[in-house]
Amino acid sequence: MAVENRKQQLLSRIATNDGHGENSPYFHGWDAYEKNRFHPTQNRNGVIQMGLAENQLCFDLIEKWIKENPKASICTPEGVNEFKEIAIFQDYHGLKAFREAVAKFMGKVRGNRVTFDPNRIVMSGGATGANETIMFCLADPGDAFLVPSPYYPAFDRDLGWRTRAQIVPVNCSSSNDFQLTRAAVEEAYEKALESNINVKGLLLTNPSNPLGTTLERETLKALVTFVNEKNIHLVCDEIYSATTFTPSRFVSVAEVMQEVEHCNPDLIHIIYSLSKDLGLPGFRVGIVYSYNDAVVSCARKMSSFGLVSSQSQHFLAALLSDEEFIDNFLSESSKRLAKRYRFLTEGLKKVRVSYVESDAGLFFWMDLRRLLMEQTFDAELELWRVIVDDVKLNVSPGYSFHVSEPGWFRVCFANMDDETVKVALNRIQAFVQTGNGTTEASP
Amino acid sequence: MVAQFRDQDQLLSKMATGNGHGEDSPYFDGWKAYDKDPYHPTERPNGVIQMGLAENQLCFDLIQEWLMKNPEASICTPDGVENFKDIALFQDYHGLPEFREAIAKFMGKVRGGRVKFNPDRIVMSGGATGAHETMAFCLAEPGDAFLVPTPYYAGFDRDLRWRTRVQLAPVVCESCNNFKITKSALEAAYENAKEANIRVKGLLITNPSNPLGNILDRETLKGIVSFINEKNIHLVCDEIYAATVSTNQPNFISFSEVIEEDIECNRDLIHIVYSLSKDMGFPGFRVGIVYSYNDAVVNCARKMSSFGLVSTQTQHLIASMLSDDEFVDRFIAKSKERLETRHKVFTQELARVEISCFEVKLNVSPGSSFHCLEPGWFRVCFANMDDNTMEVALSRIKAFMHQIKDQNREGKVLAKKPCRQSSLKLSLSRRRVDDFLMSQISMSPHSPTPQSPLVPARN
Repeated sequence: MAVENRKQQLLSRIATNDGHGENSPYFHGWDAYEKNRFHPTQNRNGVIQMGLAENQLCFDLIEKWIKENPKASICTPEGVNEFKEIAIFQDYHGLKAFREAVAKFMGKVRGNRVTFDPNRIVMSGGATGANETIMFCLADPGDAFLVPSPYYPAFDRDLGWRTRAQIVPVNCSSSNDFQLTRAAVEEAYEKALESNINVKGLLLTNPSNPLGTTLERETLKALVTFVNEKNIHLVCDEIYSATTFTPSRFVSVAEVMQEVEHCNPDLIHIIYSLSKDLGLPGFRVGIVYSYNDAVVSCARKMSSFGLVSSQSQHFLAALLSDEEFIDNFLSESSKRLAKRYRFLTEGLKKVRVSYVESDAGLFFWMDLRRLLMEQTFDAELELWRVIVDDVKLNVSPGYSFHVSEPGWFRVCFANMDDETVKVALNRIQAFVQTGNGTTEASP
Repeated sequence: MVAQFRDQDQLLSKMATGNGHGEDSPYFDGWKAYDKDPYHPTERPNGVIQMGLAENQLCFDLIQEWLMKNPEASICTPDGVENFKDIALFQDYHGLPEFREAIAKFMGKVRGGRVKFNPDRIVMSGGATGAHETMAFCLAEPGDAFLVPTPYYAGFDRDLRWRTRVQLAPVVCESCNNFKITKSALEAAYENAKEANIRVKGLLITNPSNPLGNILDRETLKGIVSFINEKNIHLVCDEIYAATVSTNQPNFISFSEVIEEDIECNRDLIHIVYSLSKDMGFPGFRVGIVYSYNDAVVNCARKMSSFGLVSTQTQHLIASMLSDDEFVDRFIAKSKERLETRHKVFTQELARVEISCFEVKLNVSPGSSFHCLEPGWFRVCFANMDDNTMEVALSRIKAFMHQIKDQNREGKVLAKKPCRQSSLKLSLSRRRVDDFLMSQISMSPHSPTPQSPLVPARN
């Protein structure tokens, strides 16, 4: 014991506390999946991974593009003459072509209703790094950000672990389908101030993870107005912006801020990434886009801790500046996601399982309250273990998203092929019909 | 509730408004001059030559040749594209197993096969920059200190201190004994910190040294290991220049070798920072590595690596390249050979002349930006340019020195010219500086390694 203590003291508190967030049940389901992975032909009894928000639906399009564009790589005969220049490029401004391509892409995703300035594009180690960086720029240790719940589990780590900032949740409830309101934000804000918590900003994920819903224009306007009134920051994590089921229909804070009178741009910041919209999480492309010059400058200096590999910058610059390809990609991706969503949700309707209707995302928010033994989180966890171990679906329990009421589960649907989706749906249907629920299938 | 008025300073964090980013250092003044007017053999022959950038550009021909023979190393060639999806989706912070294995093997080869590295202890980071910051986050609380021998790499001020709030306490090394890291210097630094009520958590050694370019002998290494065990503090070994040691020098000895022989050493205190930026010449690829003998540190650093993982596109390429034994052996040998040649030419020519500064349009780096406590030393990089540029650089240095000598001969004492805004001025005495320089270089028991000799500007 003494040896352990001594070992512990060798390290920092950050290294020995739980701030990394990995003791959350969110990760337990992954173990079950890792031990027994489903395969449509080789292991039909395995666990189907529905806990991973990945976009796997459009790789065929990208692979075709790669074959047609060998210069995008610095390793092909056509592209290798650029290898040296790219391999030695470490300027934290990033390749100009990369910044321009990302800015253009972000504009297209928003139907070209706004344009983005390449000089405000700052790199980071994925959205993970981007969220941490923005907190380092805006919050001192102990300062707080309001974050609507349910929220992405890793925010605890990204926003609070090494930064020592706090999250103050703004609880949304099923009574209005978990919609965020200005009133709820205001209430959470006032309560925080009363507890002497220094609130530095509000962080929104729009489209929402885990809900998949997008904010109404009027709500977003109200929130932009709110932060201006209180002179606090608004950080909008828009990493799912191109996953809307109707292409280019996403309403971004970039659009809305133009409609709010006297909006102070110094308060507005966007977090972006290519992990969800393009399905390239391995490439670690995180972006901090701020309308505040000092934040751009500071975040850029911090980007040294997590720059995007110049090899990947070069590739993506070429991919994203191919307008024809991108227009088609965005359109196809939306179509395929929409199709997947409809297939699953219509299937759920048949067995009277409800869910929050959404218009974006790689997942939806499923309501299994009726299947709980009692309306507690313990019961939810129990139900979840049954779903993982017996039904063999790794969905994610609402508890890990800091939701305020038990019985909700996030179901990912874009990380598998069509055959697997069918099996998954059959399993859910079978479970709710014969499990501890009393549902009857609709005719 | 009335909204508090906050000006820009209050709107942002203290970290954002302070200067902990370290960019006000003179290290960067020369870069700015270079950025405004960069040398080009035909387009800007009078531009500034960059000699302030420690890059290794000498072996790209070998790499390109290898790439053409190994198309499956890329996920964007016809031969490799079938792997694109799996690689693009892979985001496990353990990294691709083949990447970790290849890095571990490469690190072993760079140390002449004298030590083996365990792939399970290889943790990724955002370049060596990210690796250092991660180490500080794992090992120290805000306010704690790391001891660092001076002179040291200017970026450490940012990497180790900025977001971590850790401090750096200098271990003063002096030119009179070739900047040796002595036990008494270490003890003095440790005691100074103690007296100031600062808790020392570790010692950071860069070996081979930046900016000195020398390697530590076995005795010094052992003394250091002994010291940190005695004080029960961590040893972070930055070995990012390990493969740049010239063939003429005694072999580079890694701390990993020394601890193999030392059964008393507490391995929980030993950590290595590595990168492919210098040894392979790939700074753009951001391949930083934390290698720790402490399981808890491996674990924590791995969790933190989420903030700066290596792109899987790059992991895949590097895994392929570095597991080609024949290629790696040839690359390491050729790289040393070419660095050695470049080094020879430079030191021979520099032996005839004095150091230059901005007037001569060479961006060398002033010693003060490396926290060198003695004025007059400059770091000169030479591996980041082609042979033609190198000749231009040398001719500028020689011309400048002739100009100085002429002025001295005419009895003119050179007016003190400020080279930058701070108070460090370059002044040249009337003494025959070339003799002095010759004696300095021949006196040094460890000739500078090819990367960047630290040359004195005056006595």
